[in-house]
Amino acid sequence: MIHKCRSLASLGMTVRALGMTVVFSASASAQLGSFNPNPGPQGTFAIRGGRVITVSGAEIPNGTVVISGGKITAVGANVSVPSGAKVIDATGLMVYPGMIETGSSVGLSEIGQGAIATVDIQEVGSFNPNAQAFYGIDPHSAHIGVARVVGITTVVSRPTGGIISGTAALMNLAGDTPPKMAVVQKLALVVELPHSGFGGRGFARAAALQQGSNVDANRVRQLQMDSLRTMLHDAEAYGKAQAAYAADKTLPRPAHDVVLDALLPALAGKMPVIFPADRTNDIRDAVTFAEEMKIKPIIMGGQDAPMVASFLKQHNVPVIVTAVMKLPSREDDPYDVNFTIPAKLAAAGVPFAISTGDKGSEIRTLPYNAGMAAAHGLSKTDALKSVTLWPAQIFGVADKMGSLDVGKMGNVVVTTGDILEAMTDTKYLFIDGRQIPLDSKHTQLNAQFKDRP
Amino acid sequence: MTLRAFPAALALVAATAGAQQPAATAKVGPTLIKNATVLTVTKGRLENTDLLLQNGKIAQIGKNLSAPAGATVIDATGKYVMPGIIDPHSHSMADAINEGSLSVTSMVRIRDVLNPTDINIYRQLAGGVTTINVLHGSANTIGGQNAVVKLKYGKDLDEMLFPGATPGIKFALGENVTRKNSQQAAQAQGQPLRYPATRMGQEEVLRDAFTRARDYKATWDDYNARVAKGEKNLVPPEHDLELDPLVEVLEGKRFVHAHSYRADEMLMLLNIAKEFGFTVRTLQHGLEGYKIASEISQAGTGLSTFADEWSYKIEAYDAIPYNTAIAMRHGVVTTVNSDSDERARRLNIDAAKMMRYGGLSEDSALKTITYNGAVQLGIEKKVGSIETGKDADVVIWSGNPLSVYSIAETTFIDGEIFFDIKRDQAKREEMAKERAALEAADRRRPVVP
Repeated sequence: MIHKCRSLASLGMTVRALGMTVVFSASASAQLGSFNPNPGPQGTFAIRGGRVITVSGAEIPNGTVVISGGKITAVGANVSVPSGAKVIDATGLMVYPGMIETGSSVGLSEIGQGAIATVDIQEVGSFNPNAQAFYGIDPHSAHIGVARVVGITTVVSRPTGGIISGTAALMNLAGDTPPKMAVVQKLALVVELPHSGFGGRGFARAAALQQGSNVDANRVRQLQMDSLRTMLHDAEAYGKAQAAYAADKTLPRPAHDVVLDALLPALAGKMPVIFPADRTNDIRDAVTFAEEMKIKPIIMGGQDAPMVASFLKQHNVPVIVTAVMKLPSREDDPYDVNFTIPAKLAAAGVPFAISTGDKGSEIRTLPYNAGMAAAHGLSKTDALKSVTLWPAQIFGVADKMGSLDVGKMGNVVVTTGDILEAMTDTKYLFIDGRQIPLDSKHTQLNAQFKDRP
Repeated sequence: MTLRAFPAALALVAATAGAQQPAATAKVGPTLIKNATVLTVTKGRLENTDLLLQNGKIAQIGKNLSAPAGATVIDATGKYVMPGIIDPHSHSMADAINEGSLSVTSMVRIRDVLNPTDINIYRQLAGGVTTINVLHGSANTIGGQNAVVKLKYGKDLDEMLFPGATPGIKFALGENVTRKNSQQAAQAQGQPLRYPATRMGQEEVLRDAFTRARDYKATWDDYNARVAKGEKNLVPPEHDLELDPLVEVLEGKRFVHAHSYRADEMLMLLNIAKEFGFTVRTLQHGLEGYKIASEISQAGTGLSTFADEWSYKIEAYDAIPYNTAIAMRHGVVTTVNSDSDERARRLNIDAAKMMRYGGLSEDSALKTITYNGAVQLGIEKKVGSIETGKDADVVIWSGNPLSVYSIAETTFIDGEIFFDIKRDQAKREEMAKERAALEAADRRRPVVP
C-alpha cells in the first residue's frame, strides 16, 4: 500500500512535469491519485458530417448533432449550426448516444483484493435501505476515466450484500464531486433475496435434500423472508402514519425513522427495486414477492431468465442481463447458452438491458458484451439499444438519455466505427453537454512509458 | 461425492456431454476449404483463397485448388480462415492447480492431473482455440511443470499432449507468493506461515534453488565426464526430482514461464536468470512490463499479458491495455492470454482491443493470439500461422475474427473437425431427447417443492 501510494504520487508529478495538457483536479484524492481530467464547460457544440446513429429513429448518413447548455438541441440532416458553436468535424466518424452500464458499483470499490480500505460496497447488517451509493462513490476513481473513453457515459452504481443492500444511484461519468455526477441520486432499491435452496436446482440441491441440510437452509431463508416482509409492512404502516399526520396535525406526531423513510418511494411504486437473481426459482420468487409487496421489480443477472421468459413477459418484468460472458453454469448446457440470453429474451418480448455486472474496472467491456449477444442471434440494432435506450427506459430516465433526441442530456460519443467493436476508438466525448478530455490513468501511463528507451 | 450418490444423474451428464463430442473418425480424409479470406498471420491476408488440409497438415494454399479423391469440400465464400488460437496461459483441464505447500515444487507435473473430458475444452474450441499452455498456479516462487495441449476433445490425453513442445515450468513472483491476501486467513485456520512472505524472500528462494541446481549439475557433469573417460565402478550421484527440472532450465531445455506483475520483480528475475546463465522464456501477466520494455527485450524474454484486466489487486493497479503494443514496439514477442476458462472463449475480441489500445495492425493483433504464442511455447514450426506444411489447426469464422460480431464455425486440429456449429446444433436435439428419456426413467429423482 505504502509503496503504491508513493509510486502513484511520483507518477502524478512526472506527468505534470512532462507538461501534458491534462488538468488535474485540485481536490485530488490523496490515497490513490486522481487521473480523470475534469470536463470542460457546458458550451455549444455542433458535431457535423458524421454518420449519426440516433438509436430511437433512423440513422442519418450525414447528419449534425447540436449540443447546447447541457442538452441536445438539434439532430438531423439539415441542421443549421448556431453562431458561436464549436464545430466538431465528424466526417468519416460515427455519432452515438452514450452507453449506460446498469450493473456496476462504480466508485464504491477501487481495488477488490488486498486494499480493503478502497472497498466501500457493503454496509454492516442485513437491512440498509438508507445506505446510499451516492455517498460512497469516489469521483476520482480511476475506473471512471477508463470506462468513459470507451463511450460509457452513465452508470447505475449500487451497493451489494445483506438483504436490503441499499439505494443505487444513476451517475454520469463526469464531474469532480458526486453531486456533479448524479443524474438520479436515489434511483433504485437493491434487495438481495435469500436464495432458495442450494444452487436452485440440479444435483447440488438433490444432494442437499438427501442430507437434510436444505431443510435448515429453507428455515433460515423463511426467517429472513419474514424479517423482510415485516420491515416492508412496518414501513407501509409508518408511511400511512406519516401521511395521516401530515394531513391532520392534531394527531400524535409519529417519530421519524430514516430506515423506514428510505423504503417509502419503493413501496409507493415511485422507485424500482433491483433483485439480483439468476436461477429460475429465484427469479420467480423475486417477481412474486414484488407483486405481493406491490413494488416494481427489475431482475439483475438473469442467467436462467430465458427459461422463465413467458413468466417475465406476462408480468412485464425487465431484466438486466449480466451473464452474457459468464461460463455456462451446467456442464451439459450448450456452449453458447449465455451468449444467447439476450436473443432469447428479445424473441420472447421480455424487456432487457445488457450489463457487464462488473463492479468498476471492467465495465469498459460493456460494448463487447452487447456485441457478443449480437454475434449470437440478437440483431445489431437491438444490441445497441440494450446498452443505450433500453436501460434508460427500464430505469425511467429515457426522457434524459439513451438516444440522440432533442431535449435529452448531452451524452454523445463520436467514434471511428461501430461502437460495439473492440477495435473502434473514441474521438470525441460529451457528457452533460461538456466536452471530456480523452485521458485516463491508462493513457497517462502510456504517455509516460511508451517511448522509454 | 454428489455425483456418486446419484448414479442415474451421473449417467445423464456422461451421456449429454458425450453427445457434444464429434463422431469418432477412424482416419481423417482431406478437406478442401474453398474461396475464403485467409488470414495467414505471417504472410498477410489472402482473398478468395482455397486451403487443402491433408494428412493432418496444411497441404496447399492457393486459388482454384482441385479436390483430391474423397475430400470433403467446404464452401467458405464470405468467410474467414485463421490459424487456431493459442492460449499461452490456461488452467483448463487441470484437476489441481497449486502444489503450494513448499516454496519450490519443480518436481510436480500438471500433466499428471489433466482431465481430457473437461467441458471447457469444447467451449474453447467453439471460440476458435486449438492449443493451450496449461500452467501450474502462482502460489509459490518455483511451481510445477506445464503441459502444452492440443484441444482434441474426445481423444485420450496422450493424443492431446503437443508432440515436441518445449517443456516448461511455472515461476511466480509478487502478491500471490507472499500471500499477503491470504496469509492471515491461513494462520487463523492454524496453517503455518510459509516462506517467503516478501519479494526479498522470493529473490533468495530463486538464488538458493539455482545455486543448489548448479552444484547438482556439476556433480553429475563430473560423474558423466569420469564415466566418459572410462572409469569403472563409480557410484552415481543421487537423483533429485526437485533439481532435475532446474538443471534443464540451466541447460536451456526447459522454458521458464514466470507469473509476475510489478516491473521491479520482473527485473529482479531477469537479472538472476542472467547471472545463472538462462533466459526467462515468458513473463506471464507482466502487467507492468511496459515500464521496462527495453530490459525485457534485451533479455530476449517474451511477455504474455492480459488485454485489459486491471485493478483487481494492488499489483494490477498500474496495468494498462497499452502494455501489449508498447512491448511489441520494443521487439518483445508478446501474447494475449486468458488465464480463464471464460476469457479463453473470446481471445479474438481481446486481440482486437490491441488495435484500439496502441494501434496494432490486424496482423500484429492476430499474432498475439496465434504465432507469438507458438514461439513462446517452442512450437512455431508446427502451428501459429497458415503456411504449407504446418499442422492443419485452422478455424473457419463467419466473418473477420477481429470483429465482435463474428463467430467460429468450424475448428480443425490436425485436419480433423473438433467443433462444428451445424453438428453442434444437430446434437442438441438428440441431447434433449436423451435427457428427457433419462429423466423419465429416473424414478428416484427427488420431487422439488
